[in-house]
Amino acid sequence: MKPRILGLAAFAACLAMPVYAAVALSDAAGSYTISPSGSSIRFTIGKAGGGGFDGAFGRFKGTIRIDNSDVGRSRVDLTIYPESVGTGQGRIDSFLRSDAVFDSANNPEIQFRSTSVTRTGDTTALVTGRLTARGKTFSEKFSAELDGLKSGTIKFHVTGKVLRSRYGMDVGTPLYSNVVDFDMTLMGKRG
Amino acid sequence: MQSSITNTATRYGWAMILLHWLIGVIFIGQFVLGFVMMRIESQRTAFELIQLHKSFGFLLLGLIILRVAWRLGNQAPALPPSVGALERRAAPLAHFALYAFQIALPLSGWALVSVSTLEIPTMPFNQFVMPDLPLAESDAAESFWTAAHWYLAYAGIALVALHAAAALRHHFLLRDNVFKRMITPSSGGE
Ligand code: HEM
Ligand code: HEM
Repeated sequence: MKPRILGLAAFAACLAMPVYAAVALSDAAGSYTISPSGSSIRFTIGKAGGGGFDGAFGRFKGTIRIDNSDVGRSRVDLTIYPESVGTGQGRIDSFLRSDAVFDSANNPEIQFRSTSVTRTGDTTALVTGRLTARGKTFSEKFSAELDGLKSGTIKFHVTGKVLRSRYGMDVGTPLYSNVVDFDMTLMGKRG
Repeated sequence: MQSSITNTATRYGWAMILLHWLIGVIFIGQFVLGFVMMRIESQRTAFELIQLHKSFGFLLLGLIILRVAWRLGNQAPALPPSVGALERRAAPLAHFALYAFQIALPLSGWALVSVSTLEIPTMPFNQFVMPDLPLAESDAAESFWTAAHWYLAYAGIALVALHAAAALRHHFLLRDNVFKRMITPSSGGE
């Protein structure tokens, strides 16, 4: 399956937003590889009684394709390796990797494949796609905001909420919220 | 004959008896649960059992406060005359120690989860958030309270075994009413 696109850059350029105006429309369109060094995938889970715990995935890969003639045909494709989860607390990390949560030994990948991209603003879009974790697939929505566009690189800030119970990861509810808040920065390099 | 809620000079009332056996079952259950949950393979089941252990621990703490209050407001029945001098002196000490363990165990467990750097919230039976004790959190404090809880649990269960053996000795060897009076409550006539 060929990765498709997230067409925001095209819009941004189209609307001649001052920040991005310098970039020609034809410059944004194309295929980008997500660069791990410029990107991050962080998440927060609320706790009963207040606060929450934060974590991040250190290893992931993916592609973003921007279609400048039809934004809806833009695509994003992301694979996360749950083995690389980090919360700053080793005991929590090994719990998350274990069969209690990710079962990363048997399910080494979490995948997101976009199915549609809808523009919601000048530099924002709603990305719908299929998220697969622990062998279960559901439709999820993420909001993406164009966060930077230079020749050869494109950056998005992506947020979304995922209900973990659907993926067989409901352990710890209601002490820990069922809602996982994702906050990602995805930086794509052309090529 | 009506059974009485309060103790008399020679017998326990049914409130003491009910609390004794309710707490007794939960206390021993807590030991077994604690032992099993630390050795189970599945991390998910272990997590859930630890939460259950915390829930029952707090239930126990509540019941024990009730029991101690009730005990302080009630006379303790005197041992029958057949009981020897040594046991006459040892029994109240052993019972006092049993009360101390019943209070210290939930408190040390509470301290342990309060200082834990894992910061896992406690919700007894998923009903409400139990606040942590105001103790500073650190890995060192967590190891200390884990060890304290462990020693208290093992020493406590050893004393319970001794206590139960002594009770059974009264029933089967000495054939006095010491065991029976923890089963059949005092009645108005005594
Ligand atoms: C009378 C009440 C209790 C008894 C008899 C009891 C007994 C035990 C036992 C036997 C263990 C296993 C130790 C081992 O073999 O490693 C244990 C562990 C534990 N208990 Fe309790 N417990 C009681 C109350 C509580 C309470 C009220 C809490 C918390 C609020 C608590 C929290 C814990 C925790 C967190 C552990 C795991 C310690 C570790 O990580 O090593 N316990 N308990
Ligand atoms: C499982 C077997 C048990 C048996 C057969 C048993 C039996 C008895 C008996 C017969 C008495 C009455 C003693 C007397 O008349 O002076 C007694 C008292 C007592 N038992 Fe147990 N018991 C058991 C478990 C426990 C446990 C698990 C605890 C608490 C951890 C406990 C704590 C006490 C205390 C504190 C008293 C003294 C009550 C008072 O006078 O204030 N027992 N038990």
